[in-house]
Amino acid sequence: MTKTLRRLALALLLSAAAAGSAAAQSNLRIGLAEDPDVLDPTLARTYVGRIVFASMCDKLFDIDQKMNIVPQLALSHETSEDGKTVIIKLRPNVKFHDGEDFNADAAKYSLERHLNMKGSFRKPEIAAIDSVEVVDPLTLKLNLKAPFSPLLAQLTDRAGMMVAPKAAEAAGDKFGLHPVCAGPYKFVERVQQDRIVVEKFADYWNKDKVHIDKITYLPIVDSTVRLANLRSGGLDLIERVLATDIKTVREDKKIKLSKAVSLGYVGLTVNVANGAKADNPLGKDARVRQALELSIDRDALNQVVFNGEFVPGNQWVSSQNPYYQQKFAPPKRDVAKAKALLKEAGVTAPIPIDFMVPNGVELRQVAEVVQSMAAEAGFDLKIRLTEFATSLKQSEDGNFQLFLIGWSGRTDPDGNSYSFQVCNQPQDVGHYCDKEVEAAHQQARAGADLATRKAAYEKVAAKVLNGGGPIIYLYHPQVLVAHTDKLDGYVPMPDGLIRVVGLTLK
Amino acid sequence: MLAFLTRRLLQIAPTIVLVSMLIFGLQQLLPGDPALIMAGEDRDPAVLAQIREQYRLNDPVPVRYFYWAKGVLAGDLGESMRLKAPVASLVEQKLPVTLQLAAMALIFALGIGIPAGIVSAVKKETAWDYGANVFALWGLSTPNFWLGILLIFLFSVTLHWLPASGYVPLGEDWRQSLGTTIMPAFVLGNALAAVLMRHTRGAMLQAMGADYVRTARAKGLQEGRVVLKHALRNAMTPVITLGALEFGTLLSGAVLTEQVFTIPGFGKLIVDSVFNRDYAVVQGVVLVTSTIYILLNLLADIAYMLVNPRLRG
Repeated sequence: MTKTLRRLALALLLSAAAAGSAAAQSNLRIGLAEDPDVLDPTLARTYVGRIVFASMCDKLFDIDQKMNIVPQLALSHETSEDGKTVIIKLRPNVKFHDGEDFNADAAKYSLERHLNMKGSFRKPEIAAIDSVEVVDPLTLKLNLKAPFSPLLAQLTDRAGMMVAPKAAEAAGDKFGLHPVCAGPYKFVERVQQDRIVVEKFADYWNKDKVHIDKITYLPIVDSTVRLANLRSGGLDLIERVLATDIKTVREDKKIKLSKAVSLGYVGLTVNVANGAKADNPLGKDARVRQALELSIDRDALNQVVFNGEFVPGNQWVSSQNPYYQQKFAPPKRDVAKAKALLKEAGVTAPIPIDFMVPNGVELRQVAEVVQSMAAEAGFDLKIRLTEFATSLKQSEDGNFQLFLIGWSGRTDPDGNSYSFQVCNQPQDVGHYCDKEVEAAHQQARAGADLATRKAAYEKVAAKVLNGGGPIIYLYHPQVLVAHTDKLDGYVPMPDGLIRVVGLTLK
Repeated sequence: MLAFLTRRLLQIAPTIVLVSMLIFGLQQLLPGDPALIMAGEDRDPAVLAQIREQYRLNDPVPVRYFYWAKGVLAGDLGESMRLKAPVASLVEQKLPVTLQLAAMALIFALGIGIPAGIVSAVKKETAWDYGANVFALWGLSTPNFWLGILLIFLFSVTLHWLPASGYVPLGEDWRQSLGTTIMPAFVLGNALAAVLMRHTRGAMLQAMGADYVRTARAKGLQEGRVVLKHALRNAMTPVITLGALEFGTLLSGAVLTEQVFTIPGFGKLIVDSVFNRDYAVVQGVVLVTSTIYILLNLLADIAYMLVNPRLRG
């Protein structure tokens, strides 16, 4: 009797389980390192927000693994001889999540919203656009104020995201509470600091390649807890794995790790002319800056702090980037030469330097390693750990001599350099200014092809590298993403954003 | 009783006004510039200027306080700069979460702390007493974040019994909801249980030595009745006050614990908002939690009077 009952119960359970799995929707749970800000492509500003946009809002263009610009909502582009007009052909039969058609009018609306909306963070990115014209329902013409070759790269990011005009017009600046775009997934709900849920969009233009029904983004700030969730099966994919956790991840057979060299960098920014604090040998003499650079062993730094996983570098782009200048390879550590340079500059050791470092595990370790290496050449770097928001303000105010800070990186090299190296630009916190560098940057912006632009950047490199400029570049981080072995089709991208088209979950 | 209540309520109003001024003023002392944080990595000057204007960051502090207080009196706590969402809706979203977590933590604390305190007082200087003291010392000296991570590794990563973090609302699925909150509630309750245990023990020891307890015993009452009816009732007065105050503290957000278990309550909201210099959110949340705290104090006073008839004037 009991046996029969047991069998019956087992059969019932099994059939229930089978029915359950047949009806169950696949749900990809992604662990984010922070809670995103407002989900409006025009008003958003965080990196983590871009990860969420990658599933909701398609862009005119995208990048591939090798950073080539490839079509997404646009099919092709053509720039005029003088570089002042760009014709963009749009993809036909595309719909927004609310059913509205995507066409040249909608694209014009989105671009003009980015350009004109109050509080738009996109405006400076595409400020080169003077006007947008609709040529026919699937052709758009951009008239530029001056030739600006980084423009297409800008359209591969938030500035190229298209929003549904009717929904955007109705919601105004509250659009971010319920975004309506033309991506593979549409917005379902958001609970601040808890989750963002999106579901498969049935009318997506590329719907045959979308295999997962639902995606839930869960912000989990603590990296240990994020990894614990992945290991316990509470999450399927996590972004920004710490380099120090790579060993744990590799030892777990059920987890896969993928790496891509980030578009960004981490470096030492020197205060060369911002206020009274710039008045010191490091700020005033390029030879002293070169000596500091020569005292640092980038490979050892990478080994000690990042288990050798990151990519040492001395330029604003990594050696994988087509714009990398081969002629200016990272200098080898040379303490004797560093000391000689200091002697030549007439400086006596120890040289005290106020070294501002944003508080965080990795950056603090980097600072300590740099400090001990530089000490051998005669620098006395006094580390001042500062909360991130405070460090931004102090860098702006010139309250630092040396500042350890990173940049998340942009597709076009202009985004990694112009704002930092050209006079009076927002990121030039050390107030570096050199007219020749500025002129070379303008040439690079106007240059139509890679060779011309690279030649212009070579002039920049000759001036700003090896102590000449405001930044001593140290390394390029790896974008580290870990996911369950049940997830297939994940492709690591240099911008670190998670492309969800093509993913399958077993 | 009524006169007492009226007097206390009259005291509350100026307290809240003072608190609101303090919240507003102290926040201005934070280093850093909210506009710079808001402007993102690119820090475009035009964008910066626009943010400063939109959120009145160029106005003097008293002027900004005036506009904020005016809004609060009209029921508007302001808007989050970062999320472009009303602060009131954020508070509404987080309050049930924090309430649930605090209530569960308090249940753990009372359930462990008070019996342990009674036992260790009644069985003074026996193995029970020493055991309870060791437990209290452990509870007090274990950092929440550390205990939290250890629990996650044991129950989630190794045993796969509980979800490692996250939160499911009670109304959505009560089992999952308890599953996600039981570990953080235990971590919070554990530390509080230790405090309650020490206070219960102290108060009980004092009560057990009092004349009326001796009289009760002399009357031939059973020991259990003496302890629970006579000694405990008097010993509870300070413990109730402490419990109410600690509950208020729990409501203001368990910063570290919420961070470790990714519980989207007040603590996490405040931390994120401070780091992002999202002033309106910090002001709104702190104002709400301090008001709750003040009201809980009042409740503690009332409970005090109910337990101790001598205070009823």
